[in-house]
Amino acid sequence: MNIIDTLEKEQMRLDIPDFRPGDTVKVHAKIREGEKERIQVFQGVVIRKRKGRLGATFTVRKVSYGIGVERIFPLHSPSIDKIEVVTRGKVRRARLYYLRNLRGKAARIKEKRY
Amino acid sequence: MVDKLFGKKMGMTRFFLEEGGSIPVTVLRVGPCVVIQKKTAEKEGYNALQLGFEEQKTGRVNKPLRGHFKAAGERCFKYLREVRVEDPASFELGQEIRSDLFQRGDVVHVTGTSKGRGFSGVVKRWGFGGGRKSHGSRSHRIPGSIGCSATPGRVQKGKKLPGQYGGQRVTVKNLKVVDVRPEMNVVLVKGAVPGSRNSLVEIRKA
Repeated sequence: MNIIDTLEKEQMRLDIPDFRPGDTVKVHAKIREGEKERIQVFQGVVIRKRKGRLGATFTVRKVSYGIGVERIFPLHSPSIDKIEVVTRGKVRRARLYYLRNLRGKAARIKEKRY
Repeated sequence: MVDKLFGKKMGMTRFFLEEGGSIPVTVLRVGPCVVIQKKTAEKEGYNALQLGFEEQKTGRVNKPLRGHFKAAGERCFKYLREVRVEDPASFELGQEIRSDLFQRGDVVHVTGTSKGRGFSGVVKRWGFGGGRKSHGSRSHRIPGSIGCSATPGRVQKGKKLPGQYGGQRVTVKNLKVVDVRPEMNVVLVKGAVPGSRNSLVEIRKA
């Protein structure tokens, strides 16, 4: 097998659950403060997933005290402790940039029903 | 001791650090290089080793070269390059030198042939800003003035002008070795390395 594929596969995280744009997720991020390490939870809607093998990232958006906050996480980073999927959203596009222009009730995403 | 080995650039990827964050790395397949010939001060006038890199089918090597390889074993190689050493007598013909020469945290210089860009203009070759793209401008990528008038009456030597760009031997100094995988003959160095994928590179201890 290709050497780069082998090296990337070694570092890839296989414990990341499957999620899609529109889903609400809780990202448990490890944060280092000097010597201590603690875990911060960032909950919001996934508005984008970028492919790119080991360099894949995803963007989570939440509204905090009336201000929209977006964080971009590398999907395979070891500084992500775990990702929990809270709800599955029903959306019709892959990039939910339109949520940035919506607030309150209009910015809700319908939950997927099975 | 040998301080230089030959390898191939495999491409780039990223490497996640334990403390968080990631760094860009170039993957180099280094060695194993086999000692084919020992050159000594008495015979050739300088001390060096001739190393073979990347094994090749015997049928693809012409007969004179096959005879040359025979002294060091039956294996034939694609590349033959020399490395200066203090004492060639401490090596044996056919001895393999592997990528474990380098260790994590080492600082290395990497030499390769840069990607050829042909005859390039000043914007690509020297990073000139170029002229305005619109508003009636007719000077988009031209170099502009290249000097003075009657004094000195000539263009200064070394003036940056269009010409052949790339395809030259380039050394990138002081790259950090991020990881070594001797079982895969792989060395990961931080940052970019000259040349395209699958091009031959020299990796030397700083």
